[in-house]
Amino acid sequence: MRDVDIHLQNFAHLNGSAPASVQQLRRTALSRFAELGFPTTRLEDWKYTSVARLARTPFRLAAAPARVTADQLADGTLSGASQLVFVNGRHAPELSALRPLPPGVRLTSLAAAFCTDAALVETHLGRYADYTGAAFAALNTAFIQDGAFVFLPKGAIVTDVIHVLFVSVGSGEPTIAHPRNLIVAEEGSQATVVETYIGLGTGAYCTNAVTEIAVEPNATLVHCKLQQESDAAFHVATVQARQDADSRFASYVVSIGGGLVRGDINAVLDAPGGSCTLDGLYLAASRQHVDHHTSIDHRRPHCTSRELYKGILDGHATGVFNGKVFVRPAAQKSDAGQVNKNLLLSEDAVINTKPQLEILNDDVKCSHGATIGRLDEDALFYLRARGIGADEARRLLIYAFANEVVERVAIEPLRARLERMIASRFHDAGAAEVAK
Amino acid sequence: MGNSYFLRTALNAIRKHRGLEPLDAMDFLALLKDKMKFVDMDQALMSRSLNEGFSGGEKKRNEILQMAVLEPTLAILDETDSGLDIDALRIVAEGVNALRNNEHAVLVVTHYQRLLNYLVPDFVHVLLDGRIVRSGDKGLALELEETGYAEFERAAGAASA
Repeated sequence: MRDVDIHLQNFAHLNGSAPASVQQLRRTALSRFAELGFPTTRLEDWKYTSVARLARTPFRLAAAPARVTADQLADGTLSGASQLVFVNGRHAPELSALRPLPPGVRLTSLAAAFCTDAALVETHLGRYADYTGAAFAALNTAFIQDGAFVFLPKGAIVTDVIHVLFVSVGSGEPTIAHPRNLIVAEEGSQATVVETYIGLGTGAYCTNAVTEIAVEPNATLVHCKLQQESDAAFHVATVQARQDADSRFASYVVSIGGGLVRGDINAVLDAPGGSCTLDGLYLAASRQHVDHHTSIDHRRPHCTSRELYKGILDGHATGVFNGKVFVRPAAQKSDAGQVNKNLLLSEDAVINTKPQLEILNDDVKCSHGATIGRLDEDALFYLRARGIGADEARRLLIYAFANEVVERVAIEPLRARLERMIASRFHDAGAAEVAK
Repeated sequence: MGNSYFLRTALNAIRKHRGLEPLDAMDFLALLKDKMKFVDMDQALMSRSLNEGFSGGEKKRNEILQMAVLEPTLAILDETDSGLDIDALRIVAEGVNALRNNEHAVLVVTHYQRLLNYLVPDFVHVLLDGRIVRSGDKGLALELEETGYAEFERAAGAASA
């Protein structure tokens, strides 16, 4: 049996009604996935990340609903936010709670939007994330069933954070969920959307998520993805944004959990005057493998992009960062800056980092840089000379390294939540206090 | 890392060593405000990252603040007065004056007498080629300002010849 067959079989069990256009999209994507197969390390984009173990695992579609109580979610929730909760990929209304929203704003499950907002769904779904060349996006598209649907009409400003929480409940048998999110920010609208992925229970499972984001003229969208899957999890996810004129898109990724993690974050600056920032922080230890591929495509003039990705790897962890910046011939006056910094805490940790600029216009400002280093001995000495013990000094420096990304998040309590996540990752009471 | 957080961590590490309870954020803030008064430091510096974008004078003030908060048994100020303007010099001296008593000693290394206008030393030692060649009280510093170090160097040259 081929690796893809189990997923072709799962397709027969896919239930939940969907409009004809979505059903057509699913079938097209499935046959594309069957043609592509799972990526191998012979492909440049997968050179350092083998998904052989994922491909061999006979995943069944995650069964819903699993029983989850509000208490179990406590760590994953975000205070003051509108919250949509999904358990094993399906909307859990009893765990969700929305804050008052401006008129016309839609914040529902995608499955519900198939009925209530069919026209909007048809206009945008599957239009941005490439399912013809990317196998995991194709697989996700074949299994589009549920996820978050966020629609901001012209001029709508949502001040409360929109939090979408995906909970996977391991059951022993390996299961897979394909969350699909669609965010549409119409002209001049503003919102912050946070996606959190957490795992409960034990056993292997796979999350294969895709988020499509349309940022229309002069709209502002802040998107934050927090990955805290359980150790045995596979997490593969794509965030795909298309930006219109003078739009602003800020993406933050914080990756902490999971056994094998691959995140693709792609922004297309498709009209003049757009700006985007892609910031990320990945922490990995023991035998975790975490891979981030980002792409910023300057297609039109006068767009700005900034990127900062930082990684901290310990134990036998392996990491990959690949940051592509394209500047197309038409994109004069592009301004792009990219930085990737890595901190290796052990002899055995490995990072493969590759900044990749393709510049096809000569009137641009582009910079990139990548660093790999250890903890700064001089800084350790400075702290120790002032009475701080060796372990505490180490923790402080690690925390400070990570904090450069976190402090860019302007929104409380989101930043506080990130600080807590990082502190707990280092099992550090001291850093936990910083977060207060 | 935040300047204030760093300082509290250092202080609590030292308090722990001395068998004292750690200070919580509120108590620490009260202590800090008190200590900051005499270093004449902008409150904003405390919320900034440690030494990030600090000017030379700000770094020195911050060092004196660290000394005031951490209250070391022995503090060594190695050429703390180099490159300081008169106001910063006065602050360094006041920091030393506030700290020193029977339990806290300060060793100041300097080339100039200027700092000693504000800071009256109990002992003055002249160090030449790694050895103390002469000791005295504050009068010695004034004398050196008049005569310079040449005399010592000649004497050392003669002794070794």
